[in-house]
Amino acid sequence: MGKIELTQVSKSFDDTEVIPPLDLKIEDGEFVVFVGPSGCGKSTLLRLIAGLEDVTTGQVLIDGQDATDIPPAKRGLAMVFQSYALYPHMSVRKNIAFPLRMARLDKSEQDRRVSEAAKVLNLTDYLDRRPGQLSGGQRQRVAIGRAIVREPAAFLFDEPLSNLDAALRVGMRLEISELHKRLATTMIYVTHDQVEAMTMADKIVVLQAGVIEQVGSPMELYRTPRNTFVAGFIGSPRMNLLNGPNATKHDAHTIGIRPEHIAISTRAGDWPGVVGVSEHLGSDTFFHVKCDDFPEPLTVRADGDLDLRYGAKVFLTPDTAHLHRFDQKGLRLK
Amino acid sequence: MARAVTPRRKMINTTLAWSVGLLIFFPILWIIVLSFKTEGDAIKTPIEVLTSVWTFESYLVVQDRSDYFKHFSNSVIIAMGSTLLGILIAVPAAWSMAFVPSKRTRGILMWMLSTKMLPAVGVLYPIYIGFIKLGLLDTRLGLIIVLMLINLPIIVWMLYTYFREIPGEILEAARMDGATLREEVLYVLTPMAIPGIASTILLNVILAWNEAFWTLNLTAAKAAPLTAFIASYSSPEGLFYAKLSAASVMAIAPILILGWFSQKQLVRGLTFGAVK
Amino acid sequence: MATQHSRSAARLMMTPAVILLLGWMLVPLTMTLYFSFKKYLPLRGGDLGWVGFDNYIRFVSSSSFWPAVASTLIIVGGVLIITVILGTLLALLLDQPMWGQGIVRILVIAPFFVMPTVSGLVWKNMFMDPNNGFLAHLFNAFGAEPIQWLSQASMPSLIMIVSWQWLPFATLILLTAIQSLDSEQIEASEMDGAGWFNRFRFITLPHLARAITVVILIQTIFLLSIFAEIFVTTAGAFGTKTLTYLIFQRVLESQNVGLGSAGGVYAIILANIVAIFLMRIVGKNLDA
Repeated sequence: MGKIELTQVSKSFDDTEVIPPLDLKIEDGEFVVFVGPSGCGKSTLLRLIAGLEDVTTGQVLIDGQDATDIPPAKRGLAMVFQSYALYPHMSVRKNIAFPLRMARLDKSEQDRRVSEAAKVLNLTDYLDRRPGQLSGGQRQRVAIGRAIVREPAAFLFDEPLSNLDAALRVGMRLEISELHKRLATTMIYVTHDQVEAMTMADKIVVLQAGVIEQVGSPMELYRTPRNTFVAGFIGSPRMNLLNGPNATKHDAHTIGIRPEHIAISTRAGDWPGVVGVSEHLGSDTFFHVKCDDFPEPLTVRADGDLDLRYGAKVFLTPDTAHLHRFDQKGLRLK
Repeated sequence: MARAVTPRRKMINTTLAWSVGLLIFFPILWIIVLSFKTEGDAIKTPIEVLTSVWTFESYLVVQDRSDYFKHFSNSVIIAMGSTLLGILIAVPAAWSMAFVPSKRTRGILMWMLSTKMLPAVGVLYPIYIGFIKLGLLDTRLGLIIVLMLINLPIIVWMLYTYFREIPGEILEAARMDGATLREEVLYVLTPMAIPGIASTILLNVILAWNEAFWTLNLTAAKAAPLTAFIASYSSPEGLFYAKLSAASVMAIAPILILGWFSQKQLVRGLTFGAVK
Repeated sequence: MATQHSRSAARLMMTPAVILLLGWMLVPLTMTLYFSFKKYLPLRGGDLGWVGFDNYIRFVSSSSFWPAVASTLIIVGGVLIITVILGTLLALLLDQPMWGQGIVRILVIAPFFVMPTVSGLVWKNMFMDPNNGFLAHLFNAFGAEPIQWLSQASMPSLIMIVSWQWLPFATLILLTAIQSLDSEQIEASEMDGAGWFNRFRFITLPHLARAITVVILIQTIFLLSIFAEIFVTTAGAFGTKTLTYLIFQRVLESQNVGLGSAGGVYAIILANIVAIFLMRIVGKNLDA
């Protein structure tokens, strides 16, 4: 109930190929996140699964059945849009009931499912309001409500949190994760925010220019990025990627080291440098250190108590056990 | 803009704007005044006009003598008929251009606009002859068709700009929710588009009501709307100021009222969305 | 954003509008072109055969052609200058805070809704009549000799009538454009030390440039084919015969269809030149 498989799926708009042929398997009940910079084709991929776009070549299988030519209405999937796409002329109740009305469920069943969804999503008091009278977070919940009532084979989320402010976003993230645990339905979630990807996903699909760069669990991607793109994209602040003699020393074209795997000292170390801007988060402090060996400043995580001024002389020492090595093409070296 | 303005400044603005406004409106105001006067009083000096007796006489005479209501009903039928027919043809076209744009959509829209720029006088004779041959000359049906055609580009354009403001995601949401194309149009698109369709109707009724090239050249007695009715006063005999005023007031009043409701849409419709 | 299915449905739904407009454009246009190469006098012998470009040459070389071009240009130019300048000033005024803004707006736009035959006749009789018109009374009151507006000052009178009708259009569009100006831009320029005039000159006016162009182009297209106002006031006398009116007279009054059709082709070409510029602007907006 919710296994989705793409085989050799590609998409071209006119003569531009946005997604070269790709294969992807999504297991029933999985929370899969498509992540990548804007314009990487992640939303297009989602819309191909939804049926809102035709695939140019290849097949979309839903629960083993070929769904390539099935219109979106018949695929049994539910979608939550970035703009929520609520029907402005209908009350919250009618919005949530709309898919049930389209499925011609009888009225009492509709009411039962709507009130159940409303209870789960804390919308009971707002059922008779119009979407225009709701806050961003409430609208978001209505959109989710509209998706869950029809008990779909899978949920598709297209950047659902990008219109919310930062505090609400954290809350909604938890709510969606909670919903996934309770319903155990397949969810496919598109975002450009790697924090959302890391915190929510069972499986992350990293995309760039329509190409899948890596598929794996959040920690797999964090620990063993397959190439420099994934290495730079996953993790915040970014991994330091360094070229030059220091990389050659490790038999690599590029070496990568995460901010938390660099020790900072005022007395001695491998790479001498000067402290630039420091960002205090309370528990941690991130220093941007300009080293003599590298053109770009390095980001280093240190304990929140460490206090170094702008311009202070420091020494950095990488933890070689956590060093990532990449070849000329940016691919990971074993 | 939420800045405090000194009352003095606001007072000056108000005085100036009201003076200019009243000056521009004055001709209309003056015919309203004249329409309530007797013919003898209507040609006197402004002071004498204002101090003379007020009467409804002219309105009654106009109806009696020149059959105002026949022309009025012609105007209503022609304006409404051409607009509704145009809407019927334009809604599907605008829908498809707004929601299923193709490479040619832009070209088609621009071409439609270009037909609107065709000077009427350039094709007067062929239409005139065609109307005689088809028996459409001096018929309401003929005018309904012509006015529908000259306003069709505006109708399509206005609807197109309104439809484009409806986010495509909402229609996609309906599709995901299991709605068929028919249900999507019926339950989601139409309710959301009603305000836009209403403004389009309003503006086009106004344009059709005031159209004064085809209505003058393609009608005689039977189908003549108010534009032609008023034009018949251009070579009058005897005293006629009060009657002309009364007829004019009756000809412009309905549209003036509609027009005041459609101020905002007017800009969009008349500039083809180039100014919003 | 669409699938194959919805695309074919869309094409089908567009067809009626496209076919109707295509017919409306092509059939009369072809006929006008056809007649323009013929000597065709419906009341005096009908179709008298092909004459090549005779009609085109005769239309241009007739003694009324150049005066008609001149009157057309004077009316279009005069009305444009008056409506754009006054419209800009009026729009700026209406944008200021005041009491009863809504009502003033209504007063100002009202002339636009007056049908052309009404405004022509009302001005001609109730205002410009040399004996009983309002302006005559006004002149008398100041001891001045009333002007024979439509015969002695026919062009200024006509320009005034038409400007009265189109001023609301210009004002309304320019006001809409002014109101769409981001107030933060004005505030930023104020912080940068720009005074009232510089703010207008460097911020507001450039912002209005597009709207002004649109006003000019649209009005030009409508003013080129202005008809009813002349029809009910001077009927083309006193040097107010425009190109449109000349063609109208050739076709319907003197029933020389061939000659009139040639004139019609000229009018179409003229309008198209203006239309191309307008379409560029509108087209640009389509991409946004």
